[in-house]
Amino acid sequence: MTASVTIENVSKIFGAFTALDNVSLDIRAGEFIVLLGPSGCGKTTLLSILGGFQSPSAGRVTIAGQDMTYVAPAKRPTTTMFQDYALFPHMRLVDNVGFGLRMRGLAKAERDEKALGFLDLVGLKASAGKRPHELSGGQRQRVALARALAVDPDVLLLDEPLGALDLKLRRQMQDELKAIQKRVGTTFVHVTHDQEEAMAIADRIVVMNQGRIEDFGPPSEIYMRPRSLFSAGFMGEVNFVSGRVAATDANSARVETALGSLALPAGNFTASSPKAGDRITLTIRPEHFRADDRAEGPTVALGEARVAGSAFFGTHYRCHLQPCATDSRALVAHLPQSASVREGEIVPLAVRAADVVALPATGG
Amino acid sequence: MLRQISASVLSWTYLVFVYAFIFLPVAVLVLFSFQDGRLPVPPFNGFSLQWYEAVFADRKLMAALGNSMVVALISSVISVLLGFLAAYALARYKLPGSALQRGLLIAPMTVSYLIIALGLLSLMNALHIPLSLLTVCIGHVVINLPLCFAIIYASMGDHHINIERAARDLGANDFKVMALVTAPMLMPSILAAFFLSVTFSWDEFIIAFLLSRFDVTLPVEIWSMLRSGLNPKTNAIGSLVFLASVAVLLFLELSLFGRTKKQ
Repeated sequence: MTASVTIENVSKIFGAFTALDNVSLDIRAGEFIVLLGPSGCGKTTLLSILGGFQSPSAGRVTIAGQDMTYVAPAKRPTTTMFQDYALFPHMRLVDNVGFGLRMRGLAKAERDEKALGFLDLVGLKASAGKRPHELSGGQRQRVALARALAVDPDVLLLDEPLGALDLKLRRQMQDELKAIQKRVGTTFVHVTHDQEEAMAIADRIVVMNQGRIEDFGPPSEIYMRPRSLFSAGFMGEVNFVSGRVAATDANSARVETALGSLALPAGNFTASSPKAGDRITLTIRPEHFRADDRAEGPTVALGEARVAGSAFFGTHYRCHLQPCATDSRALVAHLPQSASVREGEIVPLAVRAADVVALPATGG
Repeated sequence: MLRQISASVLSWTYLVFVYAFIFLPVAVLVLFSFQDGRLPVPPFNGFSLQWYEAVFADRKLMAALGNSMVVALISSVISVLLGFLAAYALARYKLPGSALQRGLLIAPMTVSYLIIALGLLSLMNALHIPLSLLTVCIGHVVINLPLCFAIIYASMGDHHINIERAARDLGANDFKVMALVTAPMLMPSILAAFFLSVTFSWDEFIIAFLLSRFDVTLPVEIWSMLRSGLNPKTNAIGSLVFLASVAVLLFLELSLFGRTKKQ
């Protein structure tokens, strides 16, 4: 089963600390949503409000159109998968997975059969008679997933479920989570602070910071067209270049920066439409720099830069470039494997105007 | 080299003396329960089981043994149940003055058994409750509840909170969370509390003496036997009491602590 979730103007205040500040969110049925943000951004609080473990100070939560704001966890069509798995240590796996069914009054034979089916789904049918302490971290993880899915929830809430696993296992579990979500069709709301994990599994990502939603959209959109400086900076590496809007016309704007001036499509101003005189910050992803202007498509030259350092990363060279025109901080650029870069070398800088996103400058 | 040897000889001697100091009285008690003669004092005249025979033939002594078992089991079950509920409430809910409540629950441990017995005796008199094995049970609950509470409360870690939450999330009500998840998870400490409480109740004399009348527990019966002078029969029953305590402790060690070590 699956259901849509609506969060309307939810706030949560702990004493003097505002954990959630007027958060609104529409989640479609069957979506894989990732709440992404640094620790303390409110993502876990939002998840426990969805699960019913906390009630909001203000606002409303509806699931499948039903008001769930003050409904107890057991009465909600949600189940939560906890960060520490929270398996019952004294029960065999089949009893762990069957626990929710037992609470729903299913007879033993029937719930064992269903529980075995869900253990099979996560590849642990052969271990049904074991106890949790005999399993590895990744296996416990799978049992927790099977247990949460066994009661056929409309919405599954996952609280940093992969946090305790090592990197390789985490990547593998991400793929499995995504595959299982597709098979069962349940709405998944997944909390993490790992942006790579978010990109790997999410249909849409919610970027959160200081109790607010900074950005909401598919991974590619969040990465390519971020709507806030925080969102741009949190999703991978980015260069910030401050500038000022010099002039605007119907569908483009001319921006002056220390590196030179460039004309940007109006659509690249993702947060607000440009006005002459606005102070803005350009965000440029490292891989969008072209060391030379022979690259395909029209590019904008941004002067020259000296290579201050470079390292080979396999898929690319990661270089620190010091612009010659200004003594502002160095830029990070990813140059192709084929590029031959040496420290001290002067390289021309160029970007495609379409790749550059302009956001309002903060603070001035 | 010499210093090492003398140090090790010294420490072994020390060890032997410590254990002799602790166990010699018990060893003497057990030895003279097999005395072939009328007096449980040296010299040891020879090996005989006559006093054990006498113990098992003694109706009053056997009745007291049965009473002791009943009192120990019932009072321990009640102590563990109340201790568990109190620990659960104080560990899982924000209660008014919880530090004070914890203190009040543990406070009876610091009061001597004599004072507790006197207090209960005057209370029972005031309420016109006749003294019986029931009042002894009440007294033993008073002394064992703080112990059970302390043991179970100490084992209620925060890492259990999410497990209980998960159970609730999957549809368990408060009673089912406690009965199916919390209590089984805490079973090692619950059993430890239970068996300790059984041994304390089994050995307890002052409260059992002051709060009982016609039916008495074993320590009280032994005491009344002692008033008529030393007798190898008292050694025999004393050895049996000691054996029972050892059996409980051994069971505890092997079944419980062995299991937790494995986990």
